[in-house]
Amino acid sequence: MGLESAFADEPAFVPYLAAGDPNYEDSLSYVEALAAGGADAIELGLPFSEPIAEGTTIQNAIVRSLDAGMTPERFFEFVSDLDVDVPLVCMTYYNLLYQYGADEGPRPFVEKAAEVGVGGFVVPDLPAEEAGPLRAACDEFGLDLVFIVAPTTTQSRLDRMREQVSGYVYVQARLGVTGARDDVDDATEESLARIADWDVPKAVGFGIKTGEHAERIVASGADGIIVGSALVDIVTEGYENGDPTGEVADRLEALARELKQGALRGTQERPQPERT
Amino acid sequence: MSTDDAHDPKFGEYGGQYVPEALMPAIEELADAYERYVLDNEDGFMDEFRERLADFGGRPTPLQYADQLSERYDTDVYLKREDLLHGGAHKLNNALGQVLLAKYMGKERIIAETGAGQHGTATAMAAAHLDMPCEIYMGETDIARQRPNVFRMKINGSEVVPVTVGRGTLKEAISETMREWATTVENTHYVIGSVVGPHPFPKMVRDFQSVISEEAREQTIEKTGGLPTDVVACAGGGSNTMGAFAEFVDDEDVALHAVEAGGSSLTVDEEEGVAPNSATLSTGDEGVLHGARTKLLQDSDGQIMESHSVSAGLDYAGVGPELAHLVDEERVTPVNVDDDLALEAFHRLSQDEGIIPALETAHAFGYLERVAGTATDGRAAEPRDEHHEEFGDTVVVNVSGRGDKDLETAIEETTKRDLDIAPDMSMLNRMGGGL
Repeated sequence: MGLESAFADEPAFVPYLAAGDPNYEDSLSYVEALAAGGADAIELGLPFSEPIAEGTTIQNAIVRSLDAGMTPERFFEFVSDLDVDVPLVCMTYYNLLYQYGADEGPRPFVEKAAEVGVGGFVVPDLPAEEAGPLRAACDEFGLDLVFIVAPTTTQSRLDRMREQVSGYVYVQARLGVTGARDDVDDATEESLARIADWDVPKAVGFGIKTGEHAERIVASGADGIIVGSALVDIVTEGYENGDPTGEVADRLEALARELKQGALRGTQERPQPERT
Repeated sequence: MSTDDAHDPKFGEYGGQYVPEALMPAIEELADAYERYVLDNEDGFMDEFRERLADFGGRPTPLQYADQLSERYDTDVYLKREDLLHGGAHKLNNALGQVLLAKYMGKERIIAETGAGQHGTATAMAAAHLDMPCEIYMGETDIARQRPNVFRMKINGSEVVPVTVGRGTLKEAISETMREWATTVENTHYVIGSVVGPHPFPKMVRDFQSVISEEAREQTIEKTGGLPTDVVACAGGGSNTMGAFAEFVDDEDVALHAVEAGGSSLTVDEEEGVAPNSATLSTGDEGVLHGARTKLLQDSDGQIMESHSVSAGLDYAGVGPELAHLVDEERVTPVNVDDDLALEAFHRLSQDEGIIPALETAHAFGYLERVAGTATDGRAAEPRDEHHEEFGDTVVVNVSGRGDKDLETAIEETTKRDLDIAPDMSMLNRMGGGL
């Protein structure tokens, strides 16, 4: 299933969780709860030991997942075991894709990902300049490759990225690393305006925490929202309080619903396109 | 100064720019500044850098003939005395260059990471000298084992930020500094401490450090009438190594030996994700870490391993991409020396030459002992390839830093071992307490 389909009818809610956090079985139920709460696509983190783009919340999730035995092979099993009906995106760092293929580069990883039903990739440490081999493998197996646009991205880099991006473009709402925040940055609207004529959906992430944030982001023109740390916070609290499995899944589903509803409300507030 | 293509971010297959999108404009801006100021000497940048290196740093450092070691190894051993540079290590060359460059670029704030603390100390000194605010990220394990350097950074006016994730060593500190840079990139320059990271850092740091080999080359010719037969330098990330090798790379008759930390063993514990060594060039596999494709200590899934060395400054799971390339090209020979032999060499240099070396540097001398001398436990010289059958008659060893910072570690590690060469530790241990 192509990732663009998630954005077809209404603003998409795209949640993130680290696969296998805090353990394989609970993590499966958490991801399924997000789907039940209205997720249109789900970003699944394949944990890497040096996640340089992540803030503390997701770093800790990655450590828990690795400690519980998550590996690329287990990740593929995890995707196969999931009972959800939305596209799945693998979010990871380039070394894992690269190392899996030994001398063949990222191709064997992409082939395996396609086999188990992954729809595409987000690789935060792979800029467009270095993405050729992964782009080629994704084309071969029909997967999407999502790029991140930051507030600092220059026009020449936007042009380069536009040639390679597919599925959706991930608009980073503010500078820095991942992590929930209490406000929404003004840089978002500017970033969206710069790529308004791109023909892929624009999903905004970094710092979105509440339904109200989701509403404002969609109202400012986004085609979807990506939420990670606010959801991982719920997993973390559950883990630290002795892992109340059912309650964590319920809370995840409730927040997913709130975020999705917020995104839907946002469409009402969008400026109508001018008629010519 | 190197003549390779400054625009090319790669060394063969290695190098590149594997960083989060938020950092790409900053490293593009830095690449532009590197070409203008460092390579083209715009606004007299390099003139000012050289002048400050001389007046503030104390360059040139001497190339000293080592009488006792020359006799012991039956070859002429020369010591490139980077330990005499201000701050006690080669690190100042790069730190001063980058802090000055940040000033030329109009940045308002410096951040850096440090393992052994030498780079942090050098950066703190350069920042104080050039009046720039500075924060230094350091793993909590390293803070505990390098207290004198932590104090030196603080008295020079820098903030030291403890990094508590992971094992709290250099690899975690680098990751954390990259995160901080991604948040503050518009007004902040990240002074990377070695020839690692995304382009242009590996080339730029090498160029700032190449003053070592530039001087060593001239000084050897002056003293001996010719080039050295061998240059030996220890290798962690590889900044003193590339500094010592850079101007000799085209001299194909000069053998270049990069000495890594063999730690306690070269055997890896895959289950625990631990490499009890930091011998990346000797034992690592190609991969992508901290912005560059290079050789890494990693498990079969691509997760980065915890490395180990008695020397905090060598304790890193990656290595500079240019070194990885030069090793593949067989221009540089990677070798390694374990913790025991490094400690033995630490004591030998102290006793024979009156120079207390950093534990990093001691690895280079450990290799000299193994190849040309007789290690006290009877270990034979390792099998050598044809090109490096033995040392020639003029060996230059880069004394990358002085050992004051390592004295607490040296006491602890010496006490644990039965080293024939070590002084009698019983009095020190009886009296208790630190230094």
